[in-house]
Amino acid sequence: MQPAELTAIDIVTAVRQGDLTAVQCTLAFLQRIEAHNGSINAFLHVDAAGALATAERIDKRRSQGLPIGPLAGLPVAVKDAICTADQPTTCASKMLAHFRPPYDAEVVARLRAADAVIVGKTNMDEFAMGGSNENSAFGPVRNPWDVTRAPGGSSGGSAACVAADMAPVAIGSDTGGSIRQPAGLCGITGLKPTYGRVSRRGLVAFASSLDQIGPMARSAADCALIMETIAGHDPGDATSLTGGVPRYSTQLDQPLAGVRIGRVPEHFAAGLDPEVARGVEEAFAVFKAAGATVHDIQLPHAKYGVPTYYLIAPCEASSNLARYDGAHYGHRATRRDEEGHRATRRDEEGHGTAPHTPGAFESPLVEMYCRSRAEGFGPEVKRRIMLGTYALSAGYYDAYYAKALRVRRLIRQDYLNAFEQVDLIGGPVSATAAFKLGEKTNDPLAMYLVDLYTVTANLAGVGGISFPCGFTKSGLPIGFQLQAPALGEGLLLRATDRFQHLTAWHQRRPKSIPSAGPAGR
Amino acid sequence: MTISRQDVAKVGLLARLALSEAELDTMTTELSNIVGFVSLLAELDTSHVEPLAHPLDTHNVFRDDIPLPSLTTAEALQSAPRHDGECFLVPAVLNESGAA
Repeated sequence: MQPAELTAIDIVTAVRQGDLTAVQCTLAFLQRIEAHNGSINAFLHVDAAGALATAERIDKRRSQGLPIGPLAGLPVAVKDAICTADQPTTCASKMLAHFRPPYDAEVVARLRAADAVIVGKTNMDEFAMGGSNENSAFGPVRNPWDVTRAPGGSSGGSAACVAADMAPVAIGSDTGGSIRQPAGLCGITGLKPTYGRVSRRGLVAFASSLDQIGPMARSAADCALIMETIAGHDPGDATSLTGGVPRYSTQLDQPLAGVRIGRVPEHFAAGLDPEVARGVEEAFAVFKAAGATVHDIQLPHAKYGVPTYYLIAPCEASSNLARYDGAHYGHRATRRDEEGHRATRRDEEGHGTAPHTPGAFESPLVEMYCRSRAEGFGPEVKRRIMLGTYALSAGYYDAYYAKALRVRRLIRQDYLNAFEQVDLIGGPVSATAAFKLGEKTNDPLAMYLVDLYTVTANLAGVGGISFPCGFTKSGLPIGFQLQAPALGEGLLLRATDRFQHLTAWHQRRPKSIPSAGPAGR
Repeated sequence: MTISRQDVAKVGLLARLALSEAELDTMTTELSNIVGFVSLLAELDTSHVEPLAHPLDTHNVFRDDIPLPSLTTAEALQSAPRHDGECFLVPAVLNESGAA
């Protein structure tokens, strides 16, 4: 078997045993990236030299009999929203096109300490805002199963690179479904841990009470391996949970007898594609065969999830993204002379980006803020900043933001009530399989609804996992989602691993990925 | 729910976004649609529900006040659009009439 087809567990085992060197493994994936990234556009930056240097160091240490880390030689791709000191971190935004973080994110530091090999940074929706990856300032990612379709988002590059064997493992982030939905649409396994389970330090903030980092890989067993390295308390993130991290990998093979899985009848209402519905129902049957029981449950406020999310997330985003001021880092408008000479105003005429007459801004500084942000942010980011600023502004705060926070409590209470009756909640990840690029780009609301089944886990702070449970007649992956009570990652990974021992959907690969061709729009 | 073009222009200034005429038009339509959609929440009676701003029950996480290494000046300035080696450089904070 080619190294690029091995699982993460196979790779770290082979490297440890000396059957494969870290350099051989890294080269194999770099060759896959070289061959296919032009058509998939999953990577925004590939650090071939850095990855090979790391791999050489690992091989040398091993050959000298020195200890190597638990992920030694494992290539890992990292979403470009997560800071890397030696590589760009753009968030797929013109705003951060030239940003070099001064430090590694905690997850990146942990991966490096475990001797993983960071191969590059993956494409995404700008600032993680989107469900199709079409909001990237550097062109959309294409779905390896059908390059005319979206990979989902926002962690679309991370999902697509694993699906296309360009990396065995990728790190994503999930604010409203951004790990689970692209994992589902690309036929891989993605875990959104409990809020606070993985440190967010160094994750570029989108909505701080919802953001969570997690692993994306070919199987639950590989996700378990990565979680053992990245999960756990970080004093540098005050919201990171303090409890110890279980050895997830050692608990995977326990049978599912007695595990109760909830099924929400409303998930199967109009709007769910019939092929997806059939795949999801068949997955419930597999879980029953594995010894679990399935029970219909209610999440009465689930239908309010998307509107609640699209108030809370933009409000938090409008606050978080205020930091992009053109002064400290990021894009700065250059049209106007820094000293504010009137003569330069004439140069601006005809550019047509600002409606304001000269003197409309309070000061040259404010003008620089407004123009830098107008030039640096793309349309969806502007839309969310505007929505959040509106909902937080005087006169509307109570009607929108405070209202959404109250509904958020109702949604969380639904989960707490449900988890008194069942151990897990199962259902679809998305209402349809991968949709066409361009299909939803002119309708922001239609795009928001792709998060229908995933946003409530973020609002409640609970964990969720998605994995393939079948394919449509046209050969597109169908995703299944499991959600668990807080800190239920062990059960999520175990249930998925048991499913993956009874099915082979997760082992399917896209048949032919175009090896060259234009990426981007 | 409709939002006026003037509302959008005002919010644009609050958000420090210089919006073009065309953006003001599309944003007025889109924000009205989105706000109309999220107004679905109004049908719920939440008068006896406390707001939930954060999913964790932890509050006020403190640590001992021990000085730890932080970024050097050079590191902090490495991605600055303009700086003089010590400070970030920005355009005039006051306008020409002297008012902030």
